[in-house]
This record gives sequence, C-alpha cells and structure tokens, in this order.
Amino acid sequence: MINKIFLLGNPNVGKSVVFSRLTGVQVISSNYPGTTVGLAKGYLKIGEARIEVVDLPGAYSLEPNSNAEKVAVSLLKECPRDELAVINIIDSTNLERNLFLTLQLIEEGFPVIACLNMCDEAKHKGVQIDIVKLEKLLGIPVVSACAVTGMGIKYLIERIKEARPLVSKGRPTHQERWQKIGEIIEAVQSLTHRHHTLREVLEDASIRPVSGLLMSVAVVYASFKVVRFLGELLINNIMDPVFFSLYQPVLEKISLALGKDGIYHHLIIGDLINGKIDFKQSMGVFTTAPYIEFAMVLPYVISFYFVLSLLEDIGYLPRLAVLLDNLLHRLGLHGYAIIPVLLGFGCNVPGILATRVLESKRERFIASTLISIGVPCIPLQAMIFGLLGKFGGYYVSGVYLVLFSILVISGVVLNKTLKGYSPEFLVEIPPYRFPPMLVLVNKLYLRIKGFLIEAIPIVLLGVLVINVLFYLRIFDSVTNSLAWIVHGLFGLPKEAVVALVIGFFRKDVAVGMLMPLGLTAKQLFIAATLLAISFPCIATFVILFKELGLKYLVKATLIMISASLLVGTLLNCCIIR
Amino acid sequence: MKKITLLEMKRNQRGRIIDISGGVALLSKMMSMGLYSGCEITKVGQMALRGAVTIKVGRAVIALGHGMAGKIILETE
Repeated sequence: MINKIFLLGNPNVGKSVVFSRLTGVQVISSNYPGTTVGLAKGYLKIGEARIEVVDLPGAYSLEPNSNAEKVAVSLLKECPRDELAVINIIDSTNLERNLFLTLQLIEEGFPVIACLNMCDEAKHKGVQIDIVKLEKLLGIPVVSACAVTGMGIKYLIERIKEARPLVSKGRPTHQERWQKIGEIIEAVQSLTHRHHTLREVLEDASIRPVSGLLMSVAVVYASFKVVRFLGELLINNIMDPVFFSLYQPVLEKISLALGKDGIYHHLIIGDLINGKIDFKQSMGVFTTAPYIEFAMVLPYVISFYFVLSLLEDIGYLPRLAVLLDNLLHRLGLHGYAIIPVLLGFGCNVPGILATRVLESKRERFIASTLISIGVPCIPLQAMIFGLLGKFGGYYVSGVYLVLFSILVISGVVLNKTLKGYSPEFLVEIPPYRFPPMLVLVNKLYLRIKGFLIEAIPIVLLGVLVINVLFYLRIFDSVTNSLAWIVHGLFGLPKEAVVALVIGFFRKDVAVGMLMPLGLTAKQLFIAATLLAISFPCIATFVILFKELGLKYLVKATLIMISASLLVGTLLNCCIIR
Repeated sequence: MKKITLLEMKRNQRGRIIDISGGVALLSKMMSMGLYSGCEITKVGQMALRGAVTIKVGRAVIALGHGMAGKIILETE
C-alpha cells in the first residue's frame, strides 16, 4: 500500500509545478535550477486514500554530490520500499541527461513511475519520443505530461499504483550506464532538424562576453524603470485616490467624534497636522500605518515581484550568473550567488534561504552577510523612493551607490580574511521560456499574499505599541543614552534613535517614523542608508540564526554594527549638503 | 587530432572529452550531468577575466567555473 510519493528529478524539470498540480498546494516555481531549496509536503487523494506527496530539491544522481542531493537521497532511503512510490519527473527536451537518474532509481530497486514533463516544448523543438517503446525498455510506467497546463496529470495519478520495484540486475558503472542510455535514446527518440530560432540566437547572445554584458545592462536598467513606473502608476492612480478621497473623509469624522484629542485619538488617528489628518505624519494605527503599507510599500511590492517573477520564469537569472561569475569570485562567491542576492531585494528572508544553492558554509556566510548589509528589501526601497525621491534622483541613486560599494568592500574583505576557499559553479542554463500569463499572475498572488500576511499584523501592532510607548515617554531614556552616536557621529536629531531601533522590527515603519521629524535631504540620506546597513529586521535575524547558527550570526552582527558606525560617520563628514 | 583544454577551445568549436583531471567528487558531479569521457560538446562562450565557460552537451547548456574548465581535456579536429 503506497502512502508516500516522492517527486524526484533533475533540477529545473518542473517538479514543483507537478507538485502543485497533484496536491493543490501552491509553491513558487521558476525557470532556473534550485528554486526549491527545502521540502514541500502536500496530500493527494486517490479514492479514499490520502497519500503524502513530497517535493524534493532537484538531483542529477543518487550520489550525494550537493546538499540538495544529500537531503533527497537520505529521505528516499529511510522510507520503507513497499510504502512509497517515486515519480521521476523528466524534462522531455533533454531525455538523455535525465535518464541517468531514472536508471539509478530503477537499479536501486525503487518503485518508479516516469513522468515526461514539458512534452509541448519537446514537440515544439522537434523532439519525438516513443513512449510505448521507452516504457518497454525501462520496464516502468511512463506517462507524458505538460504540468504547466495540467495535461497528462490525471493519467499520471491513475498509473501511480503501477509503480513496482524491478529486480536489480546489478549496478553498472557510470560509463556503462551512459552507454545504455545512448542505446535507449537511439531506439526511442527521433529529432526533426530545425533552423536556429530567434530565441536560440538570443539564448546564446546572452552568455557571450560583449553581447551578454550589453543585454544585462539593458535588462537591469529596464527592470528598474518598469518597477518604478508600475509602482508610481499604482500609487498615483489607485492607492492615493482611494486613501485621500474615500478613506480620509471617514477618518475625519472619527477624529471629530473622538474630540480631536485624548489617548484614543492619539492611538487611532495620531496627531493632527494643521488641524487635518496627514497620512505621512499623523502616526496613528489607522492613518499612517495602513498608508505606509498599502499606499507606499504595497505598490512597489507588486511591481517588483512582477518584474522578478517575469525574469525568473523567462530564465534570465542564470545567465546573469554566468556573466558575473568572475566578479563574484573576487567576493568569495560564485556567479550563482546573484540569484539569492536578487531575491534579497524583495525580502532578505527568501534571499538568505536561497543561499542554500551555494555549496560551502563559507560562501553561505559571505552571501548572507552581504545580503543583510548591502541589499535593501523592497519595503525599505519603496520608502526610500517615497521620501528621498522628492529631493531628486541623485539622492536615491546615491543610497544604492553607497550600499553597492559597501557590499563590494565587505565581500572583498571577507574573502581575504575568512579561511577556506569557495568552490566553483557547475550549473545548467535553462532555455528561455515564456510562461502563460496565468502562471505568472498566480505566483505574483502567492508572493503578495505572503507579504501582506507577514507585514500587516506587525505594522499595525508595531505602530500601536510605539504610540503607547511614546505616550508614556518610555523612549526618552533610550533616546538620550544613544544621542551621542546618532547626533554626534551621524548628525541626525536624537529622535531618529527611535526610528533606527524600530528598524529592527520593520524597515518601512522605521522610515515612516522619520517622516514627521522634518529631516534635511542629507539627514534623510544618512538615516535611510543606515537603516539598510544596520541590523536586518527581526525576521531576517531569525533566519540567519537558523541557517548559519549562533557563532556566525554574532560575527555577521558585529560586521553590521561596525559597518554602520563607519559609514554613518563617513557620510556625515563627507556630504556637504 | 589535437588535445587541448576547454579553455583553449574556440567559440563554436566541437570536441570530444577524453579526460577530466579532477577529484572524485568533481568527476562524479560532472558525470551525473552528462559530462564524461567520450561525450561530445560544443563551446558556446567564455567570459573575460577568468570568467565562466559555457558549453552545449546534447540539448543542454551548462556553465562551469574557469578552474573547472581548465581540467577538462578534449580532442578536437
């Protein structure tokens, strides 16, 4: 009786898409190897039975060559053979390479069913596979499917019960296995020759020195522009009108009913600016808190993840890894580290989790520290656009320039001082794919939902607690004791201490706290940069602890503190206005 | 027939791998990705400043670090 199904296959063959189709559990899937770094579990109902389905990270073989493969192999081995079935997901466009793992699974005596995924793409590329013959040669059930559209999934479910372990005929060497694969391919696969398509020309151009670099500059520039354009479009045409024309009149009535003063008014509405509610300065739980989250941050979260998801699904990111490999080696990382870094621009937490694609602890420590120091998350960036934008683009780009320099300097220093070496990368570059719009929208929805669930309670509760503490004047002692650093070294008013402390909980609220202080452009510039460099928010801290352990967390924290002290003082001394 | 490393190969040149002078771990990893003695590959490109090298193996494109590329020895026409 099968009560556990494992999804196993090479990286980037669409295991997570099949998983979502089987279980209805939505997981993030992209077009690059290593999207899934942990395990996802869900349930599949067949008749009355409820079977656990586990989505494993991609593996090329059953030899534990990478961390992901180690996890996959150990999980497979500890489950009793008669209770499990392995669905081996295969990329139909690349049958030869994928069969290596399939043969190993069969030789090891696992009950396997093969699912030839992406059959539509294979057809498009002129690859024909004789499924019946393949089934005969392998001796296991073979099903063709296209998980993105859902084709073939039903048939796959019907045939899972046919998965049976085969009697092992001994273990061939790798060379013998490849020979056997060659024979199978010869028998089942036929190729129709096609001319190079524009897509293939672009694929090659994006990994060649000159054309690749030009393309990457264009892609990065265009992405940044689109994120800003979409973000502003949402703010100016949807969020601001809703807040100012619909929400504000309601709040004004509540304010009047509360008598424009008193503790409740202070907590709910906040302070009135010139007798009116000011969403940016009132600091009430129902005024500034929702305004920051929905009107300042959410639009950029939407636009950023739209662009990131598009780049992910097209398959551009691994090409960036190829282009930047040489530079990232100087920072003790290899090219693939660019993917966690880019994810970190959305939120540091998934960024640091994604460092699991890097092999050594040293690389993971460097990458995580650099993400925490030099990569501002999208809520923080949105607030920087919102606040510094009005002083001019130079200030905004200035923050990025400073952060980038810190990232490079810290990377070089860490690479020079840490013991050990960083391994090189060996990674498959996926073809460009154009995801159906529905897939993209679904992924965007998942990420935005995640953001809202995480952010809203903390923001509302946070602003409430801050207001209570302000009302009781609890912050005064903290402000005074740290004033010499903040005022003396960084040139900020001492009230900014509170904002920097709040930054530990949420960066967007922290920048929001700066709004009523009436800072100059220079002060705002320094404060925003410091918020990015100094402690990451508490969620990131927890992940750093879980992923790296206490010792490395302390190390990373010390680096962050010294970097903020140094940069804050330097900026204060160097910037004239 | 000339024996050269992957680094010395030219763009779009084809070759047959005859040796990979790496450790057991590297060999095993490359083997599972379809890079083994006897297989034919085409070089796609190489980045400057000790950058990554990309090759085509069958229908897949694989990128590898500069150091690794120097360990792959091929036979070319």
